[in-house]
Amino acid sequence: MRTYLLRRCLYMIMILLGASMLIFFLYSLTPGDYVDNNMNLSEQRKAELREIHGLDRPIIERYINWMANIFKGDFGYSLAQQRSVIDLFQDYIWNSFLLAVVATFFTWFFAVVIGVLTAYKQYSLFDTLVMIGIFAAMSIPSFFIGLFLIKVFAVDLKLLPPGGMITTGSRAVGWEYIKDVLHHMLLPVAVMVMLGVGSLTRYFRSNMLDVIKQDYVRTARAKGLKERSVLFRHALKNAMLPAITLVGFELPGLFGGSIIIEKIFNWPGIGQLYMQSFTVRDYPLLMGFTMFIAILTVIGTLISDILYHTSDPRVRL
Amino acid sequence: MKSLLKINNLSTHFHTEAGPIKAVNDVSFRIGEGETVCIVGESGCGKSITAMSVMGLVEGPNGRVVNGQILFDGKDLLQIGKEELRRIRGNDISIIFQEPMSSLNPVITIGKQIMEPLMLHQRLNKKQAYARTIELIELVGIPRAEQIASSYPHELSGGMLQRIMIAIAISCGPKLLIADEPTTALDVTIQAQVLETLRQIKEQSKMSMMLITHDLGVVAEMADYVIVMYAGKIVEQGGVVELFEHPKHPYTRGLLKSKPVIGQRLEQLYSIPGQVPNPLELVESCYFHDRCESCLPVCHTRQPQLKKSGDGQQVACWLYEEEAQYE
Ligand SMILES: Nc1ncnc2c1ncn2[C@@H]1O[C@H](COP(=O)(O)OP(=O)(O)OP(=O)(O)O)[C@@H](O)[C@H]1O
Ligand SMILES: [Mg+2]
Repeated sequence: MRTYLLRRCLYMIMILLGASMLIFFLYSLTPGDYVDNNMNLSEQRKAELREIHGLDRPIIERYINWMANIFKGDFGYSLAQQRSVIDLFQDYIWNSFLLAVVATFFTWFFAVVIGVLTAYKQYSLFDTLVMIGIFAAMSIPSFFIGLFLIKVFAVDLKLLPPGGMITTGSRAVGWEYIKDVLHHMLLPVAVMVMLGVGSLTRYFRSNMLDVIKQDYVRTARAKGLKERSVLFRHALKNAMLPAITLVGFELPGLFGGSIIIEKIFNWPGIGQLYMQSFTVRDYPLLMGFTMFIAILTVIGTLISDILYHTSDPRVRL
Repeated sequence: MKSLLKINNLSTHFHTEAGPIKAVNDVSFRIGEGETVCIVGESGCGKSITAMSVMGLVEGPNGRVVNGQILFDGKDLLQIGKEELRRIRGNDISIIFQEPMSSLNPVITIGKQIMEPLMLHQRLNKKQAYARTIELIELVGIPRAEQIASSYPHELSGGMLQRIMIAIAISCGPKLLIADEPTTALDVTIQAQVLETLRQIKEQSKMSMMLITHDLGVVAEMADYVIVMYAGKIVEQGGVVELFEHPKHPYTRGLLKSKPVIGQRLEQLYSIPGQVPNPLELVESCYFHDRCESCLPVCHTRQPQLKKSGDGQQVACWLYEEEAQYE
């Protein structure tokens, strides 16, 4: 296990190095930057700014500087926002994370339960209805579901707020604040769950269908176990194994934000910040964010691998 | 001898796209207390499905017990509720399957899998169940029980796994143990050991046993009573001694003839000519007629009934029916 982990870490570093080059050179080769884009600056001021931020240096030198700073935990300085990228992340990422973590939890929960039950009752009315529902949910675009729910629940029924994270102008603290945020989260989380649950349910259903045909499930029944234990202890454990690897892959998604959902529900998350930065060519932020996601992806893959090796006794190292 | 299990006119069918398959067709027999009954017959003749019907585990959406009674301790297992049947499974009746390698859950430790029925049926707590598990593993003849208990199925050999299956099956002291070809997947030396384990346990605990096999050597060693099945029906049954000494049905005779005898080297081992009929194409007839050496005209058109024929033996064959001779 030890040597395996060491080797894995070595690969990770190499992959990240490659990724960082790709990210950096692609962004710096794109013509134009924040300074160019700003009409209000005089040519002289532009040159000054370039010098301050090192934009006039040779590209290799800039890359090395950028990397050295990342190692120190500094992802650069956003010219558009006049703040360090890390600070901006701190402000926005946790909002995105809150949405994503709650939505992911419910997505998995529903997918597992519905997947197991539909597999158990394959071809029943319940199974058919769920399958139709899943295909319907999967084929409707997210902005449509989002806007539709806003229309029904916020505009027509006035039950839920149409967007934002807290009520405008609210100064609530403590419990009141939490309640306010929960209230605002309901719709975006519902949409995210609806969009994600379909494919995952189908995945669990097909895993379960394979597993419940196995001899050991018959053995579990022959031992007189309750149907609940047969399904959720004996069968699900095996059906979950291939899914364990997916857990790690969720990691970048948890912090990456969702551009469309955050836009529709006006949620102050990293996805929105990312979109804004694009329009003003705020490259330090864009590069920093892309690199951040790359790091999370690599870590997520490692977590997946470790989970895979620790959860299946047959592949222990 | 008091009956423990009495099966009357059991029929189990599968509905497939090609038509209905009568996997078990009007089968009746009994197992006395402490008795070992062997069911023999070629592959596909309905032995496993008979066992599964008793356990209430006939699988798939299209398989169903369509008729009959399965009286266990006087209760009809086909009439009682699901919950009651579940409480009997693994407790009063337990089963060992043919394939030890795939019959244990690959991601749960051996120990936990043995403890499960103990905690469920015997209401032992974790500690008691674990202690009993260790005893059981030793009882089935595996050394280093603690280490085995904490290992996973893939770390054990086939013979060991089958003993673990036996340990699970006997854990709650069942009245009836069904063993469905418990040694077929194992190599010969291990076969003998596993059978020996089974026999010892049986002698100690006085349980009844339904042993399914197509190895007549096993029958001779283990059985009190033998049931010969062919294409879903019982063609002959009787005490093991009578049946081996005076086999009546041509199929039984064929089976016995195809059994190798030590010291008697033949050029070629005998095997019954022909093959088991396709269960979809069966029509009213003796199902064995096209392979039978002594086939009569009546065998093509009418099915013989299982009838008493001296010595407590029963046989379904026109050769032993007076009326048939004159047709
Ligand atoms: N799930 C199923 N669907 C359709 N037919 C089935 C199914 N299971 C069994 N059968 C049929 O039932 C018949 C009896 O099968 P069974 O498994 O009882 O045979 P067996 O005597 O145990 O044979 P073996 O010695 O190979 O284990 C076979 O003809 C088989 O085709
Ligand atoms: Mg079988």
